[in-house]
Amino acid sequence: MSEDQIFDEMWGRDDTLRTPYTEFQGWFQDEDLKRLRAKQREAEEVFRLTGITFNVYGRAEAEERLIPFDIIPRIISGREWQKLCKGIEQRVRAINAFLYDIYNRQEIIKAGRLPQEMIARNEAFLPQMIGMMPPGGIYTHIVGIDLVRTGPDQFYVLEDNARTPSGVSYMLENRETMLQMFPELFSRNRVQPVQNYPANLRRSLAACAPNRCEGAPTVGVLTPGIYNSAYFEHAFLADQMGVELVEGHDLRVVDGRVAMRTTQGYKPIDVLYRRVDDDFLDPLNFNPESALGIPGIMDVYRSGGITIANAPGTGIADDKAIYSYMPDIVEFYTGEKAILENVPTWRCSDPDSLAYVLDNLSELVVKEVHGSGGYGMLIGPTSSKKEIAEFRKKLMSKPGNYIAQPTLSLSTVPIFTKAGLAPRHVDLRPFVLCSPEGINITPGGLTRVALKKGSLVVNSSQGGGTKDTWVLED
Amino acid sequence: MAMLGKTANGLYWMFRYLERAENTSRLVETGQRIGLTRLGQDDDEWASVMQSASVLDAFNESHDEVTKESAIDWMLRSRDNPSSVLSAISEARQNARMVRTALTGEVWEAMNGCYMAAREILARKVSERDLPKVLGLIRQRTALVRGATHGTMLRNDIYDFARIGTFLERGDNTARILDVKYYVLLPSALSVGSSLDNVHWETILRSVSARGGFRMAYGSQVNARDIAQFLILDRRMPRSLNFCASKIHDNLRYLVSDYGAETPSYHMAQALVDRFVHHDIDAVFESGLHEYIQSVLIAFGQLGGQIEKDYRFYE
Repeated sequence: MSEDQIFDEMWGRDDTLRTPYTEFQGWFQDEDLKRLRAKQREAEEVFRLTGITFNVYGRAEAEERLIPFDIIPRIISGREWQKLCKGIEQRVRAINAFLYDIYNRQEIIKAGRLPQEMIARNEAFLPQMIGMMPPGGIYTHIVGIDLVRTGPDQFYVLEDNARTPSGVSYMLENRETMLQMFPELFSRNRVQPVQNYPANLRRSLAACAPNRCEGAPTVGVLTPGIYNSAYFEHAFLADQMGVELVEGHDLRVVDGRVAMRTTQGYKPIDVLYRRVDDDFLDPLNFNPESALGIPGIMDVYRSGGITIANAPGTGIADDKAIYSYMPDIVEFYTGEKAILENVPTWRCSDPDSLAYVLDNLSELVVKEVHGSGGYGMLIGPTSSKKEIAEFRKKLMSKPGNYIAQPTLSLSTVPIFTKAGLAPRHVDLRPFVLCSPEGINITPGGLTRVALKKGSLVVNSSQGGGTKDTWVLED
Repeated sequence: MAMLGKTANGLYWMFRYLERAENTSRLVETGQRIGLTRLGQDDDEWASVMQSASVLDAFNESHDEVTKESAIDWMLRSRDNPSSVLSAISEARQNARMVRTALTGEVWEAMNGCYMAAREILARKVSERDLPKVLGLIRQRTALVRGATHGTMLRNDIYDFARIGTFLERGDNTARILDVKYYVLLPSALSVGSSLDNVHWETILRSVSARGGFRMAYGSQVNARDIAQFLILDRRMPRSLNFCASKIHDNLRYLVSDYGAETPSYHMAQALVDRFVHHDIDAVFESGLHEYIQSVLIAFGQLGGQIEKDYRFYE
């Protein structure tokens, strides 16, 4: 992978300014670097004061960290975005249809398009969900589809997040901060708004209320508590939606409903947007040690007394081993070829694939099937011989735990450095809402950026930052 | 309309701790001021100041002797002292995080800003030279939270719990200061008016930021009876026991009317307020000042406990 092959979203491959960046470039040329440096610091102050932080696990409360924010917007044209939207919508519809099928008739397995063991032996598969129809027929109410770009028209889905995708608060706060700091830049560009997300989320959740809901649905956000790494986001979303932020110990089952303890007694909740993992949701039905959940909530759920968003068991759809079957899954349920491509993936459980992967470790990215957050992965081209050798051992001892992909030459976008603009690799997580009323995709999403020169790892836990993402009105 | 019991609890404690931070910093300022102008030469005053803040016993457990430096550090910065300014502000902020959805953005940012500023300014031991600046900053920051609360929060149950927390803490604080110093207010001391008495009386007034208010209400002639009247019964004085009790009573009454149900805590507050209406200060002295203050302290404590139960703060 040589530098000149990399596609830059501002300058293309041949140093020609791309159209979406025209107005930005005009503005930037007249800007003073010193003023921008001050703006960068100002942005950090804003984030610190509003408390947009994440907690680092296992550390004291003093260790709330900021995710670095870069003040240069990433700009996507309306036309590019529309094309992406079609692909995202198709994929999300397929994921929901797949989940329904997997927990009911399992047609896709009968048709021989997905091996039985992919489901049967998968820890993300929840037998408790078999035969269960969630209210409104929706399994994944909130989805984040991670995309990477390698060329002007080449996007790949890197990962589906069908359980509890996070990061939407950064999308919203990044925009809010940019609006405060660079109003003139917004006057020069027509940027599609993201601010409706919380209202859309609430509407979308309310549209999935269970049958036993009377009157306007009561919505709540379930958080593991203030020490959770994403607590800020949970509070932020509850606040922006104007709903209660609850923890397991605020809730209990009363008269067949899940109810929250209020200053006036127990009041039923109709829709629970939970940011607690399946395993911790219900100590009676899942992990008996869980102090985060609500004993008996699954029984209420099965009897139609509450909507849980996302539904338990949706993890089966974003498992990295299932990922490699996504093109088939999309085709099977939509009858169309997948619009968004998958990154070619070798499943190391397959002996031939494993042999290929072992031979080409220095070229490949190898990931744990159940891993996340950029932990436990190998990026061949940037790893030392020693690191590769160590990883080889892990891979050979448990090949079924891994998949491998070619190292993509991710697109770059400019970030602001001391010396001015400099290209860095990015990905994009658009946020999708599903309800019986339809699918809603917020224009843009969360751009994560690897702040280190040449680095391909964008995860915040590994030194990545974020940027405001603009979709222009064409 | 209803709110989570946990949220009511968080609001109540957020504002209790915020009030406590202010009260503690005020007591430090008093100690410092009295120390600079005192006639004696030991650090006795600091033991009494810490006693007023109810932190002396814990201090003695980890210290061999009371010095000015160690007392100031204990009251401002110590993490082992849950009532130190830094601990109280951290707790207030932690509770604010918990009830973030019940606060306006302005209140949250003021609270978070207060915490960030306190952490920075109290990161190291505060030198005597910097003390006035540090105390001023703390008072400014906490006042900002109170101001944002006053200016931006809806007047609903959320506000009521915030106020109840504030005034229970404040009433408790005033009662404790009186409890520690009651002997200098006894009628036997009335006749004296020595310079030592003056120091004690000034200490009391300073501890509740009431020197100016007292002068306005009673003139420049300080005497023990008027101080007791002012801090216990005066309805104009925002830190008097009567004032605090009637504020708590008001906010409980709003809750009763909002929620449409009378609670035991409301009746307790009613009884507490009635005591102040029916008493004049001479009757208080007759029944025994010390016993009287003790009984008010107990009443505040019981009222707090009943509010927790009535509004389901805990499971």
